[in-house]
Amino acid sequence: MNEPTHWLVRPRTIRILWGVFVAILAATVVAGAFVGHVGHGGLADTFGFGAWFGFVACAALILFAKALGMLLKRPDTYYDERRDG
Amino acid sequence: MAELLHPGLLLVVAGIALAALSGRARTAVTLLAPAAAVALVLAMPDGVAWRGTFLGYPVVPYAVDALSRLFALVFAIMAFGGGLFAIRQENRIEVPAAFVYAGSAIGVTLAGDLITVFAFWELMALGSTLVIWSAGTGAAYRASMRYLMIHLFGGVVLMAGIAGHVATTGSTAFERIALDSPAHWLILAGFLVNAGAPPLSAWLPDAYPEASWSGTVFLSAFTTKTAVYVLIRAFPGTELLVFVGLFMIFYGIVYALLENDMRRILAYSIVNQVGFMIVGIGIGTQMSLNGAAAHAFTHILYKALLLMSAGAVLYQTGRRKCTDLGGLFRTMPLTMICGTIGALSISSFPLTSGFVSKSMVGQAALDGHLDVVWLCLAAASAGVFLHAGIKFPWFVFFQKDSGLRPPEAPWSQRLAMILFAALCIGLGIFYAPLYRLLPYPVDYVPYTGAHVVEMLQLLLFSGLAFFVMLPMLKRTLTITLDADWFWRKLGPALASASRSGIVAVDRAIRGAALGAMAGGLARLSSALGDRGRFARAYSTGAMVLWVAILLAFYLFLYYL
Repeated sequence: MNEPTHWLVRPRTIRILWGVFVAILAATVVAGAFVGHVGHGGLADTFGFGAWFGFVACAALILFAKALGMLLKRPDTYYDERRDG
Repeated sequence: MAELLHPGLLLVVAGIALAALSGRARTAVTLLAPAAAVALVLAMPDGVAWRGTFLGYPVVPYAVDALSRLFALVFAIMAFGGGLFAIRQENRIEVPAAFVYAGSAIGVTLAGDLITVFAFWELMALGSTLVIWSAGTGAAYRASMRYLMIHLFGGVVLMAGIAGHVATTGSTAFERIALDSPAHWLILAGFLVNAGAPPLSAWLPDAYPEASWSGTVFLSAFTTKTAVYVLIRAFPGTELLVFVGLFMIFYGIVYALLENDMRRILAYSIVNQVGFMIVGIGIGTQMSLNGAAAHAFTHILYKALLLMSAGAVLYQTGRRKCTDLGGLFRTMPLTMICGTIGALSISSFPLTSGFVSKSMVGQAALDGHLDVVWLCLAAASAGVFLHAGIKFPWFVFFQKDSGLRPPEAPWSQRLAMILFAALCIGLGIFYAPLYRLLPYPVDYVPYTGAHVVEMLQLLLFSGLAFFVMLPMLKRTLTITLDADWFWRKLGPALASASRSGIVAVDRAIRGAALGAMAGGLARLSSALGDRGRFARAYSTGAMVLWVAILLAFYLFLYYL
């Protein structure tokens, strides 16, 4: 396994990709100021609604899933049939 | 001409014939039968083509309108794409069973009466069970039996509802149904079982991922979307469905986030996506019903595409857990690109098919001033990108280098993926033909600046949350308990715990019965044994007396 590191996984590429990603994120927020809102009233009228709401919703979903996982996670062999008994 | 041939029955017959074919003839029928079904669906005229009677009830096995044509078309396209993808499938039962399954799904969409709906509904259950079973593993066999039990149960509930409906109304027509009697609730419950609605949603992620690399592609399309079809036709505007749909949306996201098996992730996301459609049906306006129908159409294509890319990975590597996969973009670039297109479509990225369909449901919520529903849908849109849009391609194709260097998928799989990826992008850009097929006239423009920018914000910031919180999403060798725990663990545990009690009762009953039998036998033996009453020697005089009595009795009977 002496193949050269793929260009896509080199640290330099990943840094550039992060830079581009952050620039696009900023661009969508700026663009949002010019095109108006889909929703009407309440939260939907706040600045950068899609941006902050998307982030907060996902963070909340991840945290909720994590908490539920603590309760309901089992090893993936949990349902394996025991035929020796 | 098209009204002479039923596209669903054509596929069912082709499926049965396919089981006997091999080699080139098999490949030809696998591709030509669904292609013919697509052509037939496009040529079907509106109105009733066939009608008859069954057990004295009028039946309409072949009736067409815009809604049935839309669903029949996407089912036929799906049978073609699935057949193409499965050309290298060596199991001889799977594709024939899948065609019977697809044909009966089309049969439901063309049914004008409840009896025909039920007949095709049950045939679907059998076909799909065979598709799971034909994976040939012990786990698949057990999953297929659990799947069959749930669907036969759903079928019984539906049949009871239909019988009650026909008994009270005297009508077998399949049309809008009001929730005003227990029979109608039963019909709704029967439909919702197949939609993957709570409390039995767990049948779907339990069964579908156990099918073969090609079987799951077929399974993802028909059962849940047929349920969406019948709900649009029978229960539009039923408010309860909004809540059921929202539950399904978030259930799918949360469970998919916790999942490690790539195909179980996608199975949970089927429930999630069907949730959007159910919300649309619950809102019940023309816009939302159009949205639900359009989303079913686009969903079948991108979900099949996602499961094709997962199937290609499984076919090449034999692995399905995220913890075993990663870095496959190096050697399976086309599978990665097609899988990513499917992932972008399911996330409703602008310029993909999901964007032009799902946004109609959100718009309907806005138009109806259902602000909380709209906020939930917006949060869910971000959540879809999180659990399927990034998670699936990231953990399978990127993530870490698993060291796996599988070759690219074979040509038949590549062709099927390219076809469906082209449809996902094509419908996202040229959406007018899809909108023309919808059941109601469409007055909606998906590509407005506000809408595109807001969707991009939701999705890209969802992506940011994914990468920022990636350590919390690290996959582990775990599953998450679901409602199937009740019938896979609790039921068997209760049965084995009550075994000693059952054994004692059984022993007591059998002991008493055996004692009674022994007493009876002893009495019989005293009567009939060699010392019994009938074995004794009687005097000639006594015998003559008995014969005389019998003859007198005959004489008496004769004169009677």
